[in-house]
Amino acid sequence: MKKHLMVAAISILAAGTAFAQANDTLAKIKSSGAVTFGVRESSGLGYTLGNGKYVGFHTEMGENVLKDIQKQLGLAKMEIKYQPVTSQNRIPLVQNGTVDIECGSTTNNTARQKDAAFAYTTYVEEIRIAVKANSGITGIKDLNGKTLVTTTGTTSVQTLRKNKKADGLSFKEVMGKDHADSFLMLETGRADAFIMDGSILAANISKSKAPAEYKIVGEVLSVEPIACMLRKDDAAFKKAVDDSIARQIKDGSLAKLYDKWFMQPIPPNNVKIGLPLSAATKAAWDAPNDKPMEEYKLPE
Amino acid sequence: MSWDWQVFCQDTITQEVGQSCFGKNGDTTYLDWMLSAWGWTVSVSLLSLLIALILGSLIGTLRTLPDRPWIVRLGNAWVELFRNIPLLVQVFVWYHVIPSIFPALKRVDGFILVVFAIGLFTSARIAEQVRSGIQALPRGQRYAGMAVGFTTFQTYRYVLLPMAFRIIIPPLTSETMNVFKNSSVAFAVSVAELTMFAMQAQEETARGVEVYLAVTALYVFSAFVVNRIMTFIEKRSRVPGMIAASGGGH
Repeated sequence: MKKHLMVAAISILAAGTAFAQANDTLAKIKSSGAVTFGVRESSGLGYTLGNGKYVGFHTEMGENVLKDIQKQLGLAKMEIKYQPVTSQNRIPLVQNGTVDIECGSTTNNTARQKDAAFAYTTYVEEIRIAVKANSGITGIKDLNGKTLVTTTGTTSVQTLRKNKKADGLSFKEVMGKDHADSFLMLETGRADAFIMDGSILAANISKSKAPAEYKIVGEVLSVEPIACMLRKDDAAFKKAVDDSIARQIKDGSLAKLYDKWFMQPIPPNNVKIGLPLSAATKAAWDAPNDKPMEEYKLPE
Repeated sequence: MSWDWQVFCQDTITQEVGQSCFGKNGDTTYLDWMLSAWGWTVSVSLLSLLIALILGSLIGTLRTLPDRPWIVRLGNAWVELFRNIPLLVQVFVWYHVIPSIFPALKRVDGFILVVFAIGLFTSARIAEQVRSGIQALPRGQRYAGMAVGFTTFQTYRYVLLPMAFRIIIPPLTSETMNVFKNSSVAFAVSVAELTMFAMQAQEETARGVEVYLAVTALYVFSAFVVNRIMTFIEKRSRVPGMIAASGGGH
Protein backbone atom coordinates (compact mmCIF):
# COMPACT_ATOMS: atom_id res chain seq x y z
CA MET A 1 0.00 0.00 0.00
CA LYS A 2 2.37 2.63 -1.22
CA LYS A 3 1.25 6.16 -0.74
CA HIS A 4 2.34 9.08 -2.78
CA LEU A 5 1.41 12.70 -2.63
CA MET A 6 1.83 12.67 -6.39
CA VAL A 7 -1.02 10.26 -6.76
CA ALA A 8 -3.22 12.58 -4.76
CA ALA A 9 -2.35 15.40 -7.11
CA ILE A 10 -3.19 13.24 -10.11
CA SER A 11 -6.42 12.22 -8.47
CA ILE A 12 -7.35 15.86 -8.00
CA LEU A 13 -6.77 16.42 -11.70
CA ALA A 14 -8.63 13.28 -12.63
CA ALA A 15 -11.56 14.18 -10.40
CA GLY A 16 -11.61 17.75 -11.62
CA THR A 17 -11.77 16.83 -15.27
CA ALA A 18 -14.30 14.06 -14.86
CA PHE A 19 -17.42 14.61 -16.84
CA ALA A 20 -20.88 13.31 -16.12
CA GLN A 21 -20.97 9.59 -16.72
CA ALA A 22 -24.02 7.81 -17.96
CA ASN A 23 -24.49 5.31 -15.17
CA ASP A 24 -24.86 2.26 -17.32
CA THR A 25 -21.63 0.34 -17.19
CA LEU A 26 -23.02 -2.72 -18.99
CA ALA A 27 -24.04 -0.59 -21.99
CA LYS A 28 -20.65 1.12 -21.93
CA ILE A 29 -18.85 -2.24 -21.94
CA LYS A 30 -21.07 -3.53 -24.70
CA SER A 31 -20.58 -0.56 -26.99
CA SER A 32 -16.84 -0.20 -26.42
CA GLY A 33 -16.01 -3.89 -26.18
CA ALA A 34 -13.65 -3.08 -23.33
CA VAL A 35 -13.74 -2.86 -19.57
CA THR A 36 -11.30 -1.12 -17.24
CA PHE A 37 -10.35 -3.27 -14.28
CA GLY A 38 -8.76 -1.61 -11.24
CA VAL A 39 -6.10 -3.81 -9.65
CA ARG A 40 -3.50 -3.47 -6.91
CA GLU A 41 0.24 -3.66 -7.52
CA SER A 42 1.28 -4.85 -4.09
CA SER A 43 -1.32 -6.01 -1.67
CA GLY A 44 -2.20 -9.28 -0.04
CA LEU A 45 -5.08 -9.97 -2.41
CA GLY A 46 -3.65 -8.70 -5.66
CA TYR A 47 -0.22 -7.82 -6.93
CA THR A 48 1.85 -7.49 -10.05
CA LEU A 49 4.55 -9.76 -11.40
CA GLY A 50 5.84 -6.94 -13.57
CA ASN A 51 5.36 -6.45 -17.32
CA GLY A 52 1.70 -5.54 -16.92
CA LYS A 53 0.84 -8.92 -15.42
CA TYR A 54 -1.51 -8.78 -12.45
CA VAL A 55 -2.28 -11.77 -10.28
CA GLY A 56 -3.67 -12.63 -6.87
CA PHE A 57 -6.79 -14.00 -5.26
CA HIS A 58 -8.94 -10.94 -5.81
CA THR A 59 -7.50 -10.10 -9.23
CA GLU A 60 -8.36 -13.54 -10.54
CA MET A 61 -11.77 -13.48 -8.89
CA GLY A 62 -12.45 -10.18 -10.68
CA GLU A 63 -11.34 -11.66 -13.99
CA ASN A 64 -13.89 -14.45 -13.50
CA VAL A 65 -16.57 -11.84 -12.87
CA LEU A 66 -15.64 -10.05 -16.09
CA LYS A 67 -15.75 -13.30 -18.05
CA ASP A 68 -19.27 -13.92 -16.76
CA ILE A 69 -20.26 -10.40 -17.79
CA GLN A 70 -18.82 -10.96 -21.24
CA LYS A 71 -20.99 -14.08 -21.51
CA GLN A 72 -24.05 -12.22 -20.26
CA LEU A 73 -23.55 -9.45 -22.82
CA GLY A 74 -22.92 -11.98 -25.59
CA LEU A 75 -19.68 -10.30 -26.61
CA ALA A 76 -17.40 -12.44 -28.76
CA LYS A 77 -14.43 -10.39 -27.67
CA MET A 78 -13.96 -8.15 -24.66
CA GLU A 79 -10.73 -6.43 -23.81
CA ILE A 80 -9.77 -6.14 -20.12
CA LYS A 81 -7.72 -3.00 -19.54
CA TYR A 82 -5.78 -3.30 -16.30
CA GLN A 83 -5.49 -0.08 -14.33
CA PRO A 84 -3.29 -0.20 -11.24
CA VAL A 85 -4.83 1.79 -8.40
CA THR A 86 -3.60 2.85 -4.98
CA SER A 87 -5.36 3.51 -1.70
CA GLN A 88 -5.41 7.22 -2.54
CA ASN A 89 -6.80 7.18 -6.04
CA ARG A 90 -9.07 4.15 -6.14
CA ILE A 91 -12.24 5.95 -5.03
CA PRO A 92 -11.88 8.98 -7.34
CA LEU A 93 -11.02 6.70 -10.27
CA VAL A 94 -14.12 4.59 -9.72
CA GLN A 95 -16.27 7.69 -9.22
CA ASN A 96 -15.16 9.43 -12.38
CA GLY A 97 -15.50 6.36 -14.56
CA THR A 98 -11.82 5.71 -15.28
CA VAL A 99 -12.18 2.34 -13.61
CA ASP A 100 -15.33 0.25 -14.08
CA ILE A 101 -14.68 -2.27 -11.34
CA GLU A 102 -11.95 -2.35 -8.71
CA CYS A 103 -11.02 -5.64 -7.06
CA GLY A 104 -8.07 -5.09 -4.75
CA SER A 105 -8.11 -4.94 -1.01
CA THR A 106 -10.76 -2.31 -0.46
CA THR A 107 -12.67 -2.49 2.80
CA ASN A 108 -16.39 -1.97 2.49
CA ASN A 109 -17.35 0.66 5.09
CA THR A 110 -20.11 3.21 5.47
CA ALA A 111 -17.85 6.19 4.75
CA ARG A 112 -16.93 4.73 1.38
CA GLN A 113 -20.47 3.67 0.59
CA LYS A 114 -21.26 7.37 0.23
CA ASP A 115 -18.90 7.48 -2.75
CA ALA A 116 -19.07 4.03 -4.30
CA ALA A 117 -21.00 0.77 -4.34
CA PHE A 118 -19.65 -2.58 -3.21
CA ALA A 119 -20.24 -6.07 -4.58
CA TYR A 120 -20.75 -9.08 -2.32
CA THR A 121 -18.01 -9.50 0.22
CA THR A 122 -15.54 -12.07 -1.07
CA TYR A 123 -12.96 -12.00 1.70
CA VAL A 124 -13.12 -11.03 5.35
CA GLU A 125 -9.88 -9.69 6.67
CA GLU A 126 -9.06 -10.19 10.33
CA ILE A 127 -6.78 -7.76 12.11
CA ARG A 128 -4.33 -9.85 14.12
CA ILE A 129 -1.20 -9.55 16.28
CA ALA A 130 2.16 -10.88 15.09
CA VAL A 131 4.99 -11.24 17.60
CA LYS A 132 8.35 -12.93 17.94
CA ALA A 133 7.64 -16.52 18.96
CA ASN A 134 9.77 -16.19 22.09
CA SER A 135 8.25 -12.90 23.26
CA GLY A 136 5.74 -14.46 25.63
CA ILE A 137 2.93 -12.28 24.25
CA THR A 138 -0.24 -14.30 23.78
CA GLY A 139 -2.96 -11.70 23.39
CA ILE A 140 -4.14 -8.12 23.88
CA LYS A 141 -3.70 -8.30 27.65
CA ASP A 142 0.06 -8.78 27.24
CA LEU A 143 0.43 -5.66 25.15
CA ASN A 144 0.38 -3.26 28.09
CA GLY A 145 3.56 -1.19 28.15
CA LYS A 146 4.80 -2.63 24.86
CA THR A 147 5.69 -0.93 21.60
CA LEU A 148 3.32 -1.79 18.77
CA VAL A 149 3.93 -1.16 15.11
CA THR A 150 1.37 -0.81 12.38
CA THR A 151 1.54 0.61 8.87
CA THR A 152 0.72 4.20 7.98
CA GLY A 153 -2.35 4.54 5.83
CA THR A 154 -4.13 1.40 7.00
CA THR A 155 -7.27 0.87 9.01
CA SER A 156 -5.33 -1.10 11.64
CA VAL A 157 -4.25 2.19 13.17
CA GLN A 158 -7.89 2.92 13.97
CA THR A 159 -8.34 -0.54 15.42
CA LEU A 160 -5.40 0.04 17.69
CA ARG A 161 -6.73 3.40 18.79
CA LYS A 162 -10.15 1.92 19.60
CA ASN A 163 -8.66 -0.95 21.58
CA LYS A 164 -6.42 1.39 23.49
CA LYS A 165 -9.41 3.34 24.64
CA ALA A 166 -11.75 0.41 25.24
CA ASP A 167 -9.31 -1.78 27.15
CA GLY A 168 -7.54 1.00 29.02
CA LEU A 169 -4.18 -0.21 27.77
CA SER A 170 -1.14 1.95 27.58
CA PHE A 171 1.27 1.16 24.80
CA LYS A 172 3.63 3.00 22.55
CA GLU A 173 2.57 3.13 18.94
CA VAL A 174 4.96 3.45 16.03
CA MET A 175 4.10 3.44 12.36
CA GLY A 176 6.04 1.95 9.49
CA LYS A 177 5.87 3.65 6.14
CA ASP A 178 4.87 0.36 4.48
CA HIS A 179 4.40 -3.25 5.55
CA ALA A 180 7.99 -4.22 4.81
CA ASP A 181 9.16 -1.37 7.01
CA SER A 182 6.76 -2.31 9.81
CA PHE A 183 7.93 -5.90 9.69
CA LEU A 184 11.53 -4.74 9.82
CA MET A 185 10.72 -2.94 13.07
CA LEU A 186 9.38 -6.18 14.54
CA GLU A 187 12.40 -8.05 13.22
CA THR A 188 14.94 -5.61 14.65
CA GLY A 189 13.23 -5.32 17.99
CA ARG A 190 12.08 -1.73 17.59
CA ALA A 191 8.56 -3.02 18.14
CA ASP A 192 7.23 -5.92 20.22
CA ALA A 193 4.18 -6.62 18.08
CA PHE A 194 2.95 -5.89 14.57
CA ILE A 195 -0.79 -5.27 14.29
CA MET A 196 -2.10 -5.77 10.78
CA ASP A 197 -4.37 -7.70 8.43
CA GLY A 198 -3.89 -11.42 9.01
CA SER A 199 -3.09 -12.09 5.35
CA ILE A 200 -0.39 -9.42 5.29
CA LEU A 201 1.16 -10.72 8.54
CA ALA A 202 1.15 -14.27 7.21
CA ALA A 203 2.68 -13.18 3.91
CA ASN A 204 5.43 -11.16 5.59
CA ILE A 205 6.25 -13.99 7.98
CA SER A 206 6.36 -16.53 5.14
CA LYS A 207 8.79 -14.31 3.23
CA SER A 208 11.03 -13.51 6.22
CA LYS A 209 14.47 -14.93 6.85
CA ALA A 210 13.32 -17.20 9.66
CA PRO A 211 9.55 -17.74 9.53
CA ALA A 212 9.63 -20.03 12.57
CA GLU A 213 10.69 -17.09 14.77
CA TYR A 214 7.33 -15.37 14.40
CA LYS A 215 3.83 -16.20 15.51
CA ILE A 216 0.38 -14.77 14.94
CA VAL A 217 -1.23 -14.80 18.36
CA GLY A 218 -4.26 -13.76 20.35
CA GLU A 219 -7.71 -12.63 19.51
CA VAL A 220 -8.99 -11.06 16.31
CA LEU A 221 -8.93 -7.29 16.90
CA SER A 222 -11.42 -6.42 14.20
CA VAL A 223 -12.87 -7.80 11.00
CA GLU A 224 -13.16 -6.00 7.70
CA PRO A 225 -15.20 -7.14 4.74
CA ILE A 226 -13.21 -6.77 1.50
CA ALA A 227 -15.17 -6.43 -1.70
CA CYS A 228 -14.93 -5.23 -5.28
CA MET A 229 -15.83 -1.57 -5.64
CA LEU A 230 -18.19 -0.31 -8.35
CA ARG A 231 -19.72 2.97 -9.37
CA LYS A 232 -22.73 4.04 -7.36
CA ASP A 233 -26.27 3.84 -8.68
CA ASP A 234 -25.78 1.22 -11.35
CA ALA A 235 -28.03 -1.58 -10.15
CA ALA A 236 -27.80 -3.65 -13.32
CA PHE A 237 -24.00 -3.79 -13.25
CA LYS A 238 -23.92 -4.52 -9.52
CA LYS A 239 -26.40 -7.35 -10.03
CA ALA A 240 -24.25 -8.83 -12.81
CA VAL A 241 -21.17 -8.72 -10.57
CA ASP A 242 -23.02 -10.11 -7.53
CA ASP A 243 -24.53 -12.90 -9.61
CA SER A 244 -21.11 -13.91 -10.83
CA ILE A 245 -19.73 -13.92 -7.28
CA ALA A 246 -22.67 -16.01 -6.07
CA ARG A 247 -22.00 -18.41 -8.93
CA GLN A 248 -18.31 -18.65 -8.03
CA ILE A 249 -19.16 -19.35 -4.39
CA LYS A 250 -21.76 -21.95 -5.32
CA ASP A 251 -19.73 -24.00 -7.75
CA GLY A 252 -16.65 -23.92 -5.54
CA SER A 253 -14.43 -21.92 -7.88
CA LEU A 254 -13.89 -19.22 -5.24
CA ALA A 255 -12.80 -21.86 -2.71
CA LYS A 256 -10.45 -23.25 -5.32
CA LEU A 257 -9.00 -19.78 -5.91
CA TYR A 258 -8.53 -19.34 -2.18
CA ASP A 259 -6.64 -22.60 -1.97
CA LYS A 260 -4.48 -21.59 -4.92
CA TRP A 261 -3.46 -18.21 -3.51
CA PHE A 262 -3.31 -18.87 0.23
CA MET A 263 -2.46 -22.54 0.69
CA GLN A 264 -0.24 -23.35 -2.30
CA PRO A 265 3.16 -21.91 -3.27
CA ILE A 266 2.62 -18.71 -5.24
CA PRO A 267 4.76 -16.62 -7.59
CA PRO A 268 7.17 -14.91 -7.76
CA ASN A 269 9.05 -16.80 -5.01
CA ASN A 270 6.96 -19.97 -4.78
CA VAL A 271 6.42 -19.52 -1.08
CA LYS A 272 3.24 -20.58 0.68
CA ILE A 273 1.31 -17.96 2.66
CA GLY A 274 -0.42 -20.72 4.62
CA LEU A 275 -3.45 -18.89 5.95
CA PRO A 276 -6.43 -21.24 6.22
CA LEU A 277 -9.87 -19.94 5.32
CA SER A 278 -11.18 -18.04 8.35
CA ALA A 279 -14.59 -18.63 9.89
CA ALA A 280 -15.51 -15.03 9.06
CA THR A 281 -14.74 -15.42 5.34
CA LYS A 282 -16.60 -18.71 5.27
CA ALA A 283 -19.63 -17.09 6.88
CA ALA A 284 -19.57 -14.34 4.22
CA TRP A 285 -19.54 -16.97 1.48
CA ASP A 286 -22.34 -18.97 3.09
CA ALA A 287 -24.61 -15.92 3.10
CA PRO A 288 -23.48 -13.53 0.37
CA ASN A 289 -24.02 -9.92 1.41
CA ASP A 290 -22.66 -6.42 0.92
CA LYS A 291 -22.80 -5.30 4.54
CA PRO A 292 -20.25 -2.64 5.51
CA MET A 293 -17.63 -3.16 8.20
CA GLU A 294 -19.74 -1.38 10.80
CA GLU A 295 -22.34 -4.16 10.69
CA TYR A 296 -19.83 -6.92 11.34
CA LYS A 297 -19.41 -8.30 14.83
CA LEU A 298 -16.21 -9.70 16.22
CA PRO A 299 -16.29 -13.48 16.56
CA GLU A 300 -16.69 -14.46 20.22
CA MET B 1 -16.55 17.01 -7.28
CA SER B 2 -18.01 17.72 -3.90
CA TRP B 3 -16.13 19.03 -0.92
CA ASP B 4 -16.60 17.89 2.61
CA TRP B 5 -14.56 20.07 4.92
CA GLN B 6 -16.47 18.79 7.92
CA VAL B 7 -14.11 15.86 7.83
CA PHE B 8 -11.77 17.86 10.07
CA CYS B 9 -14.42 18.06 12.78
CA GLN B 10 -14.84 14.28 12.90
CA ASP B 11 -13.79 12.41 15.98
CA THR B 12 -10.91 10.07 15.23
CA ILE B 13 -12.50 7.12 17.05
CA THR B 14 -16.23 7.39 16.40
CA GLN B 15 -15.92 9.22 13.04
CA GLU B 16 -18.83 11.42 14.13
CA VAL B 17 -18.89 15.16 13.58
CA GLY B 18 -18.91 16.80 16.99
CA GLN B 19 -20.31 20.17 18.01
CA SER B 20 -16.90 21.72 18.18
CA CYS B 21 -14.12 20.95 15.78
CA PHE B 22 -11.76 20.55 18.71
CA GLY B 23 -12.13 17.41 20.79
CA LYS B 24 -12.95 17.55 24.48
CA ASN B 25 -12.11 15.28 27.41
CA GLY B 26 -9.36 13.41 25.69
CA ASP B 27 -11.24 12.90 22.44
CA THR B 28 -9.42 14.07 19.37
CA THR B 29 -10.76 15.30 16.08
CA TYR B 30 -8.89 15.23 12.81
CA LEU B 31 -8.27 18.96 13.23
CA ASP B 32 -6.60 18.38 16.63
CA TRP B 33 -4.57 15.64 15.09
CA MET B 34 -3.51 17.76 12.12
CA LEU B 35 -2.39 20.60 14.38
CA SER B 36 -0.37 18.21 16.51
CA ALA B 37 1.16 16.79 13.31
CA TRP B 38 2.02 20.31 12.26
CA GLY B 39 3.72 20.76 15.61
CA TRP B 40 5.88 17.71 14.92
CA THR B 41 6.73 19.04 11.47
CA VAL B 42 7.77 22.40 12.91
CA SER B 43 9.77 20.76 15.73
CA VAL B 44 11.65 18.45 13.39
CA SER B 45 12.36 21.37 11.06
CA LEU B 46 13.54 23.87 13.66
CA LEU B 47 15.79 21.40 15.48
CA SER B 48 17.27 20.12 12.21
CA LEU B 49 17.81 23.69 11.12
CA LEU B 50 19.63 24.48 14.35
CA ILE B 51 22.01 21.54 13.87
CA ALA B 52 22.43 22.40 10.19
CA LEU B 53 23.25 26.05 10.85
CA ILE B 54 25.78 25.36 13.58
CA LEU B 55 27.55 22.50 11.79
CA GLY B 56 27.20 24.05 8.35
CA SER B 57 28.75 27.36 9.44
CA LEU B 58 31.56 25.56 11.23
CA ILE B 59 32.42 23.16 8.42
CA GLY B 60 31.98 25.82 5.75
CA THR B 61 34.37 28.13 7.59
CA LEU B 62 36.92 25.38 8.19
CA ARG B 63 36.95 24.67 4.48
CA THR B 64 38.34 28.14 3.77
CA LEU B 65 41.16 28.10 6.35
CA PRO B 66 44.51 29.03 4.80
CA ASP B 67 47.44 26.61 5.20
CA ARG B 68 45.37 23.82 6.78
CA PRO B 69 45.00 21.35 3.90
CA TRP B 70 43.88 18.41 6.08
CA ILE B 71 41.12 20.33 7.78
CA VAL B 72 39.97 21.57 4.39
CA ARG B 73 39.95 18.01 3.02
CA LEU B 74 38.01 16.79 6.03
CA GLY B 75 35.44 19.51 5.46
CA ASN B 76 35.20 18.63 1.79
CA ALA B 77 34.74 14.97 2.63
CA TRP B 78 31.92 15.87 5.03
CA VAL B 79 30.12 17.85 2.37
CA GLU B 80 30.50 15.19 -0.31
CA LEU B 81 29.42 12.41 2.03
CA PHE B 82 26.18 14.04 3.10
CA ARG B 83 25.11 15.65 -0.13
CA ASN B 84 25.71 12.63 -2.35
CA ILE B 85 23.30 10.31 -0.57
CA PRO B 86 19.55 10.79 -0.96
CA LEU B 87 17.93 12.12 2.18
CA LEU B 88 15.46 9.26 2.53
CA VAL B 89 18.32 6.77 2.34
CA GLN B 90 20.20 8.70 5.03
CA VAL B 91 17.13 8.60 7.25
CA PHE B 92 16.95 4.83 6.89
CA VAL B 93 20.65 4.47 7.55
CA TRP B 94 20.23 6.42 10.78
CA TYR B 95 17.16 4.47 11.79
CA HIS B 96 17.85 0.90 10.72
CA VAL B 97 21.55 0.52 9.93
CA ILE B 98 23.44 2.52 12.54
CA PRO B 99 21.45 1.09 15.49
CA SER B 100 22.23 -2.44 14.34
CA ILE B 101 25.93 -1.54 14.49
CA PHE B 102 25.63 0.32 17.79
CA PRO B 103 22.83 -1.45 19.69
CA ALA B 104 22.72 1.32 22.29
CA LEU B 105 21.03 3.49 19.66
CA LYS B 106 18.14 1.04 19.30
CA ARG B 107 16.07 2.73 21.96
CA VAL B 108 16.71 6.23 20.65
CA ASP B 109 13.54 7.81 19.40
CA GLY B 110 12.96 8.08 15.65
CA PHE B 111 12.40 11.80 16.17
CA ILE B 112 15.96 12.40 17.39
CA LEU B 113 17.48 10.26 14.65
CA VAL B 114 15.57 12.03 11.91
CA VAL B 115 16.54 15.43 13.31
CA PHE B 116 20.17 14.37 13.01
CA ALA B 117 19.64 12.94 9.54
CA ILE B 118 18.03 16.10 8.16
CA GLY B 119 20.38 18.32 10.18
CA LEU B 120 23.56 16.70 8.84
CA PHE B 121 22.20 16.47 5.30
CA THR B 122 21.40 20.19 5.35
CA SER B 123 24.64 21.06 7.12
CA ALA B 124 26.54 19.86 4.06
CA ARG B 125 24.54 22.18 1.85
CA ILE B 126 24.90 25.13 4.20
CA ALA B 127 28.63 24.46 4.51
CA GLU B 128 28.89 24.77 0.75
CA GLN B 129 27.07 28.10 0.84
CA VAL B 130 29.18 29.45 3.70
CA ARG B 131 32.34 28.43 1.86
CA SER B 132 31.29 30.13 -1.34
CA GLY B 133 30.17 33.19 0.62
CA ILE B 134 33.59 33.54 2.24
CA GLN B 135 35.40 32.91 -1.04
CA ALA B 136 33.24 35.46 -2.82
CA LEU B 137 34.78 38.18 -0.67
CA PRO B 138 37.67 40.11 -2.20
CA ARG B 139 41.00 38.70 -1.04
CA GLY B 140 41.88 42.15 0.28
CA GLN B 141 39.47 41.71 3.19
CA ARG B 142 41.49 38.84 4.64
CA TYR B 143 44.70 40.83 4.17
CA ALA B 144 43.12 43.85 5.82
CA GLY B 145 42.41 41.73 8.88
CA MET B 146 45.96 40.48 8.98
CA ALA B 147 47.29 44.02 8.45
CA VAL B 148 45.58 45.31 11.59
CA GLY B 149 47.11 42.45 13.55
CA PHE B 150 44.05 40.18 13.93
CA THR B 151 44.57 36.51 14.54
CA THR B 152 42.94 34.14 12.04
CA PHE B 153 40.02 33.69 14.45
CA GLN B 154 39.58 37.43 14.80
CA THR B 155 39.78 37.94 11.04
CA TYR B 156 36.93 35.52 10.57
CA ARG B 157 34.95 36.79 13.51
CA TYR B 158 35.17 40.53 12.76
CA VAL B 159 35.83 40.77 9.03
CA LEU B 160 35.02 37.75 6.88
CA LEU B 161 32.02 36.01 8.45
CA PRO B 162 29.85 39.10 9.00
CA MET B 163 30.11 39.91 5.30
CA ALA B 164 29.91 36.32 4.07
CA PHE B 165 26.72 35.61 6.02
CA ARG B 166 25.06 38.68 4.59
CA ILE B 167 25.92 37.56 1.06
CA ILE B 168 24.50 34.08 1.50
CA ILE B 169 21.19 35.03 3.06
CA PRO B 170 19.23 34.43 -0.19
CA PRO B 171 20.45 30.82 -0.71
CA LEU B 172 20.16 30.27 3.04
CA THR B 173 16.51 31.28 2.78
CA SER B 174 15.90 28.57 0.20
CA GLU B 175 17.76 26.07 2.36
CA THR B 176 15.67 26.94 5.41
CA MET B 177 12.50 26.46 3.43
CA ASN B 178 13.89 23.17 2.12
CA VAL B 179 14.34 21.94 5.68
CA PHE B 180 10.61 22.39 6.25
CA LYS B 181 9.77 20.52 3.08
CA ASN B 182 12.38 17.82 3.72
CA SER B 183 10.95 17.22 7.18
CA SER B 184 8.22 15.24 5.41
CA VAL B 185 10.60 12.26 5.24
CA ALA B 186 10.26 11.95 9.01
CA PHE B 187 7.08 9.94 8.48
CA ALA B 188 9.29 7.10 7.30
CA VAL B 189 10.62 6.61 10.82
CA SER B 190 7.31 6.89 12.64
CA VAL B 191 7.30 10.58 13.44
CA ALA B 192 3.66 11.62 13.46
CA GLU B 193 4.16 14.65 11.25
CA LEU B 194 2.00 16.15 8.52
CA THR B 195 2.75 13.68 5.75
CA MET B 196 1.97 10.74 7.99
CA PHE B 197 -1.19 12.45 9.16
CA ALA B 198 -2.23 12.98 5.55
CA MET B 199 -1.70 9.33 4.63
CA GLN B 200 -3.48 8.05 7.67
CA ALA B 201 -6.38 10.50 7.74
CA GLN B 202 -7.16 10.05 4.07
CA GLU B 203 -7.34 6.29 4.58
CA GLU B 204 -9.65 6.64 7.56
CA THR B 205 -11.96 9.32 6.24
CA ALA B 206 -11.81 8.62 2.50
CA ARG B 207 -11.59 12.41 2.03
CA GLY B 208 -8.08 12.43 0.61
CA VAL B 209 -8.45 15.57 -1.45
CA GLU B 210 -9.51 17.76 1.46
CA VAL B 211 -6.85 16.29 3.73
CA TYR B 212 -4.04 16.74 1.23
CA LEU B 213 -5.14 20.28 0.39
CA ALA B 214 -5.10 21.26 4.07
CA VAL B 215 -1.70 19.67 4.60
CA THR B 216 -0.33 21.36 1.49
CA ALA B 217 -1.57 24.69 2.77
CA LEU B 218 0.20 24.13 6.10
CA TYR B 219 3.48 23.30 4.37
CA VAL B 220 3.19 26.36 2.14
CA PHE B 221 2.33 28.53 5.13
CA SER B 222 5.26 27.23 7.22
CA ALA B 223 7.76 27.68 4.43
CA PHE B 224 6.39 31.12 3.63
CA VAL B 225 6.69 32.30 7.24
CA VAL B 226 10.34 31.24 7.12
CA ASN B 227 10.76 33.13 3.88
CA ARG B 228 9.33 36.31 5.46
CA ILE B 229 11.51 36.00 8.56
CA MET B 230 14.62 35.55 6.43
CA THR B 231 13.68 38.50 4.23
CA PHE B 232 13.28 40.61 7.36
CA ILE B 233 16.71 39.54 8.59
CA GLU B 234 18.14 40.28 5.18
CA LYS B 235 16.71 43.80 5.17
CA ARG B 236 17.80 44.56 8.72
CA SER B 237 21.32 43.27 8.29
CA ARG B 238 22.03 44.96 5.01
CA VAL B 239 25.14 47.11 4.92
CA PRO B 240 24.22 50.22 2.93
CA GLY B 241 26.04 50.40 -0.36
CA MET B 242 27.66 46.98 0.00
CA ILE B 243 25.16 44.43 -1.18
CA ALA B 244 22.61 44.75 -3.97
CA ALA B 245 20.09 47.22 -2.68
CA SER B 246 16.95 45.69 -4.14
CA GLY B 247 16.82 42.30 -2.43
CA GLY B 248 13.96 40.65 -0.60
CA GLY B 249 11.95 39.44 -3.54
CA HIS B 250 13.03 35.82 -3.61
